[in-house]
Amino acid sequence: MPIITYREAIRQAIDEEMQRDESVFILGEEVAQYDGAYKVTQGLWKKYGSERVIDTPIVEAGFTGIAIGAAMAGLRPIVEWMTFNFSLLALDQVVNNAAKMLYMSGGQIKVPIVFRGPNGPAEFLSSQHSQAFQSYYAHIPGLKVVAPSTPYDAKGMLKSAIRDDNPVVFLEAELMYAWQGEVPEGEYLLPLNKADIKRQGKDITLITYSKPIKVVQEAARQLEKEGISSEIIDLRSLRPIDEETLYASVRKTNRCVVCDESWPVASVGSHVAWLISKNCFDDLDAPVELVCSEDVPMPYNHTLELAVQPSVEKVVAAARKVLYL
Amino acid sequence: MKSSSLSSYPIDFLKKLLKDMLLIRRFEEKCGQMYGLQKIGGFCHLYIGQEAVAVGSIAALDLNRDYCLTAYRDHGHALACGLCPNGLMAELFGKATGCSRGKGGSMHMFDITKGMYGGNGIVGAQIPIATGMAMRFRYKKEKGVVLCFFGDGAIHQGVFHESLNLAKLWKLPIVYICENNQYGMGTDFHRVSAVEDLSIKGAAYNIPGKQVNGMDVLEVYEEVLSAVNQAKEEGIPTLIEAKTYRYKGHSMSDPGKYRSKEELESYKQQDPILILKNQMVDAKILTEEEYQSYDEECKNISNESVRFAEQSPEPSLSSLYEDVLA
Repeated sequence: MPIITYREAIRQAIDEEMQRDESVFILGEEVAQYDGAYKVTQGLWKKYGSERVIDTPIVEAGFTGIAIGAAMAGLRPIVEWMTFNFSLLALDQVVNNAAKMLYMSGGQIKVPIVFRGPNGPAEFLSSQHSQAFQSYYAHIPGLKVVAPSTPYDAKGMLKSAIRDDNPVVFLEAELMYAWQGEVPEGEYLLPLNKADIKRQGKDITLITYSKPIKVVQEAARQLEKEGISSEIIDLRSLRPIDEETLYASVRKTNRCVVCDESWPVASVGSHVAWLISKNCFDDLDAPVELVCSEDVPMPYNHTLELAVQPSVEKVVAAARKVLYL
Repeated sequence: MKSSSLSSYPIDFLKKLLKDMLLIRRFEEKCGQMYGLQKIGGFCHLYIGQEAVAVGSIAALDLNRDYCLTAYRDHGHALACGLCPNGLMAELFGKATGCSRGKGGSMHMFDITKGMYGGNGIVGAQIPIATGMAMRFRYKKEKGVVLCFFGDGAIHQGVFHESLNLAKLWKLPIVYICENNQYGMGTDFHRVSAVEDLSIKGAAYNIPGKQVNGMDVLEVYEEVLSAVNQAKEEGIPTLIEAKTYRYKGHSMSDPGKYRSKEELESYKQQDPILILKNQMVDAKILTEEEYQSYDEECKNISNESVRFAEQSPEPSLSSLYEDVLA
């Protein structure tokens, strides 16, 4: 099976869907002639032209709203936000128009659109460029929110997101674009509502998604050296959350650590920890632990910024805590 | 406009404009009554006084393919698009038979079979989505146009400027219609606008702007029709400022203390319905008796809409989770 990067997987998904369906187009800042700020859309402008790979001015609210309108009129736009840090300027359009149009029109108007781009901390970018905003979007009924962690998942889920008749928020990360993984050559689709067990285990359930998956995988390897068998669940979808897959694992292991790079208050991670605490209460042998980012804006200094985020050490320590080691 | 120029219009067309405005007037009066009786709740923004803008503009559309979007003062546009008054009143009553199944209410009237895409409760938020709907026509190489209505309050929002820039750059078939009713809620527009003439706000994007008398339905129609044709044929967007006035408060809870009785009365002397009626009577294509019969008809339609709304069922609780996702 070919090994490709996360970046290439996303590009393949966009390319294949644009080829398949003429109503699919992509717009955003630098997506066309510059080939994408992170080169995700490299080559697409040359292939499809300016009608379907569209550079915009730096107006996140404007071009996001315009894309939502295009979706209301039957097209299938993909909006690239250069980063989710800038998506806040467009938040009103996503929350008040994309997410609510179907409901408040009594089911008349569908909004088939994908909002995608890198989310979460990268490196050396300080406070305004290193933020994880998934919890903002996961809070909103009327949206689907997904955050795949491998090239295989990214391609299959993005293709499904483009074909979905709902607005889908698709979270990537700058530091994941170069990650590699096996992706089959033929076409495949993955569901937008299923978690994936990335590693089977019996002693403890480690739940995460997106970029922290590598931190959690390394933690699992370290725990294995101590004879602890970890099950890793990759949420993949943050709205809806595949609760049954989580509960089945925790019922087996009786212990759980949730790892999320969001801030701790009212986050996807805190919600998942609450769901498990409530619904697996009788199965748990210890309180659920949450490993998240420190509750501060991101500092520039590298030592400090690493200290803010989830790390292998923090996940191992949390695991040892719920195992009473 | 002189009554002599009425001869260039089919009489049925003029009668339809008159009736459409009259229906909005009587329907909105009925809404005001029903609000007072607490049959309608929440925010309720009446369109009385502004009828000529929606009716004159929407008369220039082909509602089989064109789109209309507006803000929260949307009952008039919905009626002008031909939405059934029964469905509108039922929506205001929150009933299952409402045009948005009781989920939208006063600010969110939708009927996509009639080109009516809402009704938006966030000031200016419909401007980019209307612009995006116009993108469809260019993308699919189809003939069509979008009318995007908003108020003098919304024109200062950033998305107005972001949208106009792109509409011009991308040659989108859209007509932006700023209904300047002089007050953004309780704020005289002079207090919040650096310019008096709002139609020049397209100039920075090389979009032609025009001020029209929004109390004269035929003047509105002519200007919008010409802008619609330019948009459809040449992909040139236009900004029209319709100078108008609302007789009622911003919403039902607003007594309108920020303006004088004299000012209100002076605008009522230029009433859009009376202007057209008098022109038609002068041109001897309308009698007082005919006018009275239209008025009766519109009152009856409004009364019937209340009866329909009252007798309609509440939405079932099971509909709560319907249409969250497609």
